[in-house]
Amino acid sequence: MSNSSYLLRESATFDRLAIQEIQRAAETGIYDIRGGGTKRRVPHFDDLLLLGASISRYPLEGYREKCGTDVVLGTRFAKKPLHLKIPITIAGMSFGSLSAQAKEALGRGASIVGTSTTTGDGGMTPEERGQSKQLVYQYLPSRYGMNPDDLRKGDAIEVVLGQGAKPGGGGMLLGMKVTERVAGMRTLPVGIDQRSACRHPDWTGPDDLAIKIAELREITDWEKPIYVKIGATRTYYDVKLAVKAGADVIVLDGMQGGTAATQEVFIEHVGIPILPAIPLAVQALQEMGMHRKVQLIVSGGIRNGADVAKAMALGADAVSIGTAALIALGDNHPSLDPELRKIGSAAGFYDDWQDGKDPAGITTQDPELSKRLDPVLAGRRLANYLRVLVLEAQTMARACGKSHLRNLDTEDLVALSVEAAAMARVPLAGTSWIPGQTAF
Amino acid sequence: MKTVDLSTATVRELNQALHDEARQLSERAWTVTHPAGKHNIACGIDQTLNVDIQGHAGYYCAGMNKKADITVHGNVGVGVAENMMSGSVRVKGSASQSAGATAHGGILIIEGDAGARCGISMKGADIVVKGNIGHMSCFMGQAGRLVVCGDAGDNLGDSLYEVHIYIKGKVKSLGSDCVEKEMRAEHLAELKGLLEKAGFNEDPASFRRYGSARELYNFKVDNAAAY
Repeated sequence: MSNSSYLLRESATFDRLAIQEIQRAAETGIYDIRGGGTKRRVPHFDDLLLLGASISRYPLEGYREKCGTDVVLGTRFAKKPLHLKIPITIAGMSFGSLSAQAKEALGRGASIVGTSTTTGDGGMTPEERGQSKQLVYQYLPSRYGMNPDDLRKGDAIEVVLGQGAKPGGGGMLLGMKVTERVAGMRTLPVGIDQRSACRHPDWTGPDDLAIKIAELREITDWEKPIYVKIGATRTYYDVKLAVKAGADVIVLDGMQGGTAATQEVFIEHVGIPILPAIPLAVQALQEMGMHRKVQLIVSGGIRNGADVAKAMALGADAVSIGTAALIALGDNHPSLDPELRKIGSAAGFYDDWQDGKDPAGITTQDPELSKRLDPVLAGRRLANYLRVLVLEAQTMARACGKSHLRNLDTEDLVALSVEAAAMARVPLAGTSWIPGQTAF
Repeated sequence: MKTVDLSTATVRELNQALHDEARQLSERAWTVTHPAGKHNIACGIDQTLNVDIQGHAGYYCAGMNKKADITVHGNVGVGVAENMMSGSVRVKGSASQSAGATAHGGILIIEGDAGARCGISMKGADIVVKGNIGHMSCFMGQAGRLVVCGDAGDNLGDSLYEVHIYIKGKVKSLGSDCVEKEMRAEHLAELKGLLEKAGFNEDPASFRRYGSARELYNFKVDNAAAY
């Protein structure tokens, strides 16, 4: 760098990224679309710390004393609730956005450790059902591939109202991924840019939703738990309305949650992080006397066992992972770096999941690329990762003196920043101050 | 003939009995009395039963029907025959909004009018309406045939994929990417068959055909004003 460039000053407002985006928009005339969740820094579980035991609390022995991990979902109305061995589920991701091999691998990995996986927009594939001991069937606005036989084959039904990456937005699957098989499952022409509706076609408000949930129960003879999935926005009200409508389980997805293809501006500017959303949901459930009766699954940025423990301490019954599961399968693996650079990305940065060119064979419908992913091996990698999440969460819980992950609570948490304290409604570390809740 | 009186039995009891019957198949003909606008009547059937509903039904009557032939001697609420897979549903009165929403197969016949969003996101079913239909009908319709002997409201066939739409009366307005198309001999034959199946005595030549211009199938920035 020359002396003259050393004195150059970058604008905080028009930084290089902003300039690059203006130039890209001017050249193409279309917004940027990508996969994944928000990339901006938002208050997150890293801004919380767990309070391990000392004198005032009694820890459990890490290598001897049991720390339970199971969770039962759907105890409110369903005849057959789901009993999972671990409180970490695999989030809904469609066949179409993902290859059949990836869907199979998700089912294999989840089944090895005794948890559930979830279908997505576009319906249920035989590969996925065959390899998933416990499969949640998503009921989406598009109803692509929706049929009563698959509805009955599911172990639970998830009515999707939104997702964290794009609350209020519909879905899209660009033409390069709408192959003959994908198009056939969705009753659409091959190669079109497929749109998924943002709202359900046959109900318009919470009173209607209650009747819709009752219909799904009638069709499945009240056997299946009914989840309602919402993107984190007006969470307090949305949770209350979902519970009133008859949900057995609330699935709450924060803005860090991934998407297969959404406008960058949408991902980065709509919705709220999972950190403030959990206390809003818990408050709503508690006020209705339904906390722990209607189970709460949270997602959006879960990466490690500490995140799991902190989410559960805030009041979640379970967490769900999507992006992390894809990484565990092999997404963004360093070995793919040379190929990723050829398509303008790099290992650790690849987010063009909408393009269908994923060299990992995960976010693609290209038969040659898809073949690269070995579902058995990838499933084992996912199982390994899930086991590590559980072991880490157990380690945290035992240190806090808890014999079951569900026993973690907000008294086990403090915050590192005023923002996180206010959002998570736990004290700022070293104080008893919860901004917005207690006097300073 | 089996009769279930919904003034004494619950909808749950009715549906469970119909589902059990689908497995046992000892009685194909069923009558439902005093439906009184209750929701979710006769949904989720998966067998060749005949179900006669003697009165008005609420939301999602005959939802996700497979194989059964269901007749409603009255009006129906939102989402009649939603996501139907096969069989038939005949409504002797009128239907509220989202009639036949996302239906994959079978035929829905409405002898009165249908409200807004009739045939929304339909995926292969046939819908034949003797009267009028409301606004946003066949929105994002993917496959199947929609026949209307009366008028259609605003934004007919908005963002349409491959549904064949036949309207006899006036169309208040067409939605994005929905255009009038030439009525060729094969379309007249198709329409004639549907009208006969529905039992409506209408001249196919008096209808107009509408379909997708297919201009919005792949996003082009020049079409942004259409959205």
